[in-house]
Amino acid sequence: MLKINNIEVVYSNVILVLRGVSLEVPGGQIVSLLGANGAGKSTTLKAISGLLRAQLGEVTRGTIEFDGQRIDKLSAEEIVRLGIVQVLEGRPLFSHLTVEENLRAGALFRSASESSIKHDLDEVYHFFPRLQGLRHRTSGYLSGGEQQMTVIGRALMAKPRLMLLDEPSLGLAPLLVQDIFNIIKRINEESGVSILLVEQNARVALKTAAYAYVMETGRVVLDGPASQLAENADIKEFYLGLTHLGERKSYRDVKHYKRRKRWLG
Amino acid sequence: MNWILVPQQLVNGLMYGGTLALIALGIVLIYKSSEVFNFAYGHMLMLGAFLTWWFAGGARTGNEPISLPLGWAIVAAVLVSVLLGFLIERLALRPMAGQPLLAIVLMTLGLSQIFEGSVNLLFGVTPKGNFPSPFSPSDAYTIPVPPVDGESIVFLDRIQIGHTRLATFVVAVVAAAIFMLFFQYTKIGLAMRATSENHELARSLGIKVPRIFALSWAIAGITATLGGVLLATLSGVSVNLAAVALVAFPAILLGGLESFPGAIIGGLLVGLATEIVKAATVVEVRNSADIAPYVLLLIFLLLRPEGIFGRHRIERI
Repeated sequence: MLKINNIEVVYSNVILVLRGVSLEVPGGQIVSLLGANGAGKSTTLKAISGLLRAQLGEVTRGTIEFDGQRIDKLSAEEIVRLGIVQVLEGRPLFSHLTVEENLRAGALFRSASESSIKHDLDEVYHFFPRLQGLRHRTSGYLSGGEQQMTVIGRALMAKPRLMLLDEPSLGLAPLLVQDIFNIIKRINEESGVSILLVEQNARVALKTAAYAYVMETGRVVLDGPASQLAENADIKEFYLGLTHLGERKSYRDVKHYKRRKRWLG
Repeated sequence: MNWILVPQQLVNGLMYGGTLALIALGIVLIYKSSEVFNFAYGHMLMLGAFLTWWFAGGARTGNEPISLPLGWAIVAAVLVSVLLGFLIERLALRPMAGQPLLAIVLMTLGLSQIFEGSVNLLFGVTPKGNFPSPFSPSDAYTIPVPPVDGESIVFLDRIQIGHTRLATFVVAVVAAAIFMLFFQYTKIGLAMRATSENHELARSLGIKVPRIFALSWAIAGITATLGGVLLATLSGVSVNLAAVALVAFPAILLGGLESFPGAIIGGLLVGLATEIVKAATVVEVRNSADIAPYVLLLIFLLLRPEGIFGRHRIERI
């Protein structure tokens, strides 16, 4: 469905951020993209959604294809209309608008009838029952979890075929993270939306996704089925905080080890 | 204080304030959608009034190509202003995307000079007293005021409301109401409100942000033209009309830069302040009525810096 072929991204004509990233999201699947801060995960998502250009970034090499069509030269507005919607990092809301206005904003570009929008709203409330009671609240005053639900719900209102999620777990309590990821999985199963999930929380991400890529300093350094990656010694070491014996390691050891070991590019 | 005139001046203030409110709405609209404070607005207003005057055949050169009835002249002027709004966005502002906000604001100052120059070239520098108005200045409704049982305060026994003033007030209120309903309840209104909060987010949801900017400039063109026509029916057409928008600035700041209800309340308050000070017999200060809005603003901002309906930034900790 989505194919990224060896792309290179440069910001402001000088800063090389992605140095040849390739990945693939098959239809109907959840694929996860792991990596530390600054690895280029968010940039990869913005390259797909076309939001890169607003930040003076550019795909200088390689191709991005969606259903066989090249999209790396299209504008963000056109890409949304093809069925790719990005959920930006940090759950940004139109904070002075109500929850329902936020949700409706997600469907603005579709020029859908009022009845079909009502139907879509009901579908969002089906996935996030809690939002129904909050629909007329000013969204800026919601709790973090409720905001994340609103943001994902708003993306659903665009009727996407591929959803790009940028760190939905950021700043949420562990139980809430579990809830959100369960819903993400349900959305994938019930609506058939493919999902590309960027995460730092490798534990949940590997449990939710079918396939995963690991990025570091602008490159994909590792990929494989999620269950296999969860067993990988390096992943355990760096992302799950476990030694090969399965016991937890102290943070100091991890840091020490990480400083000495470098990934092979 | 000339108490005898107070009820009359209150009504005058309200009528004048209505027009100011409409003018203020246009500036707030552009500020909200693009964070640009539009200093060219007064000149857009002046241009709108001149266009209406011209379309109505006011030039009287003997062979004027067009001489429309006032209603159609307004429609024509509005259409030209809308077109102009789109052009401004496309030619002046879009190339500035990504530049510092101050540069864009200065661009609007530049635009205002271009408008003033064009009007002077096209229509001449002399004020035009022959703006077509459906009302004669002397027509007025008279409302009797019941006598007040008091020793010191005596009011005049009637209030007069000129037809022109009443009509401008009604038009301003209706236009402002339509405008706010449009913003609150239509899809485009929602798109504009969304865009005003976060451009990148709006873009990520497929909202065509440049188009929203263009639209807000076009709508501002409509309110500017209407405001210009309303002012012109009261005082005739001249380049000085642009300066009236300066009075809308304190109205906006008073109401809070980002609030439509604030713009309306602020407009009314400024109108009232101006007219009431006129009733006062302060001979020591020249033009005290013109200064009144700014004094009001000064005092008010000391007490409440964000304005009446100004937004607190929602910050979660």
